[in-house]
Amino acid sequence: MLELNDIVKKYFIGEPNELTVLKGLNLTISEGELVSIVGQSGSGKSTLMNIMGALDSPTEGSYVLDGVDVSGMRDNQLSAIRNQKIGFVFQTFNLIPRTTALSNVELPLFYRGDSKRKRSEKAKELLKMVEMDDRMLHMPNELSGGQKQRVAIARSLANNPSIILADEPTGALDTKTGNLVIDIFKKINREQGKTVIIITHNEEIAKQTNRIITLRDGEIISDSLNERMSA
Amino acid sequence: MAWENLLLALSSLLSNKMRSLLTMLGIIIGIASIITIVIIGDALSASVEDGLSGLGGNTIRVFVQERSTQQGGMMMMGGPGGGGMMMTRGSRSGRQTESKDLISDEMIADLRAHFGSQVAGVSLSHSLGSAEARDLALSSNVNVYGVNVDYFLENSVELLHGRLISDEDEMEQVAVVSDKLTDTMFGFGVDPIGQQVRVYRPTTIEIYTIIGVYKYEQSSFSMMSAEETPTDLYIPLSTAMVGIMEKNHSNISVIGAANTDIRALTTSLENYLAGVYATNEFFQASVMNMSSILDTITSTLGQISFAIAVIAGISLVVGGIGVMNIMLVSVTERTREIGTRKALGAKNFHIRIQFVVEALIVTLIGGIIGMILGVIFGAIATSLFDVRLVVSPFVIIGSMLFSMAIGVFFGLYPANKAAKLDPIEALRYE
Repeated sequence: MLELNDIVKKYFIGEPNELTVLKGLNLTISEGELVSIVGQSGSGKSTLMNIMGALDSPTEGSYVLDGVDVSGMRDNQLSAIRNQKIGFVFQTFNLIPRTTALSNVELPLFYRGDSKRKRSEKAKELLKMVEMDDRMLHMPNELSGGQKQRVAIARSLANNPSIILADEPTGALDTKTGNLVIDIFKKINREQGKTVIIITHNEEIAKQTNRIITLRDGEIISDSLNERMSA
Repeated sequence: MAWENLLLALSSLLSNKMRSLLTMLGIIIGIASIITIVIIGDALSASVEDGLSGLGGNTIRVFVQERSTQQGGMMMMGGPGGGGMMMTRGSRSGRQTESKDLISDEMIADLRAHFGSQVAGVSLSHSLGSAEARDLALSSNVNVYGVNVDYFLENSVELLHGRLISDEDEMEQVAVVSDKLTDTMFGFGVDPIGQQVRVYRPTTIEIYTIIGVYKYEQSSFSMMSAEETPTDLYIPLSTAMVGIMEKNHSNISVIGAANTDIRALTTSLENYLAGVYATNEFFQASVMNMSSILDTITSTLGQISFAIAVIAGISLVVGGIGVMNIMLVSVTERTREIGTRKALGAKNFHIRIQFVVEALIVTLIGGIIGMILGVIFGAIATSLFDVRLVVSPFVIIGSMLFSMAIGVFFGLYPANKAAKLDPIEALRYE
């Protein structure tokens, strides 16, 4: 359901120089997996996440998401794909400032064109799930880091996407709060069967997922099932 | 969707109140000055029109004027002074008119015969200057005019008692006077018709029998106190001309019939008189119509206020650039927000609309505040000039549309910049 075939990503920095960040990468992630992608900085994991998140197109290769070839799509088509199929969770939360938690969760539904009532119902339900329903009218600057990330997770689920892409979701949180966030991801994966992909450099986080993919210098050097978790 | 964008823009503007207000200030000042100027211009035009339309738009004045010579005028300048002649282009020698140069009663009769029903009448008048009506201790200042019957076609008066001058009054010592004069001279309860009034002129005393009383209207342009302001006293033209050798007229007023095209009549009258005066080497009859003067004045006023409004419009453009500047700052500040929105599925037009609506609201609110201020300033100015306040809906709607157009025009570039941001770059922006 997520298929990367011979993905190459090059950046052109001036005429003779080109930087190859991803070097012919093949990866398949099935529905309902809880996957972590780990690697040092510069390993290409951010670039991989941008391609998987339909924020960027690969230079070569094909990316098939839910049976749709996404590689080579235009800006607005990619926007539609992101809106329908992908839920993003960022390291720095990226909630829209001066906008309530509720409105933040409603945002993907707003861009989809849902009515105000429909958006509000769905957003409240999701905020209840992440236990943020008592603070849904708070502004982001009135929330703690962990609370912000829970709102962000609720937002990533709003459009009922096929995959949740979390880029260093615990990077700005202390260990305890970070673990609570990871627990939410596990719960979503377990109870709703959502595919969750967590990009991290933290081994402890990675160990809590079922499958660990390790990147180095733009190539997958290991792709292993986590025995402890699968068991 | 439109409503959501509106709320979004409003909340974003409210979160930065001081900045939004300062940005609006340029628009407020621009719109306020344009509206103030247009209101003052409109009010002045309206007041000029009011003041001049009473002077008779369907009247064509004809006056004998010396022909201007293109060259050699200076040689003859030694002659007697110009005698109050209207100066126009070219030079004039100041030659005095002789009887044959003036407009005779026969010429007027010919003219009337030629134009027939197109001409309602020919107004003639001869001023005997200022005088004083006096009776023992009571007195009233008057200007004495000898007038013909048609005079009242040109200068309409509201008759209160009696009748106006008619053809039967020729050479009679009768007068039409103002109610102000009769009130002063006779007091209440006395029927002024048939009363006699003594008029003291520098050299003579005349006694006239009052045949009519008209309603005096205070002129708003008067410099004198109401008490001293002279009123017009009309006597038959023939009576006024007694003892004056020159019976011909240096100027007459031709009054067009009610449904006549006055401009066409002016032109044909001009051509007709050119024919009459073709053989006169030194003089010609010039024509002048009040409505053309009125047109000139109002169009000049219009041009002046348009020119000032254009200058004020420049400040609006400066205000618009201010809006663009602040929108660019806002786009830069909110780069991460834009990136997030795009990651969540916002298409380029979603982002573009968001920022255009924001600019539009700044300029629209600025425009509304500016409009209110402009109308207030306009009202103050018109009350200072003592003219009527006229606020045309065209000005209100026009300025609103203009300020919104400024918002769209200057908001579009920053909005496009925001819409075209690469989501990856935008998300990474610190």
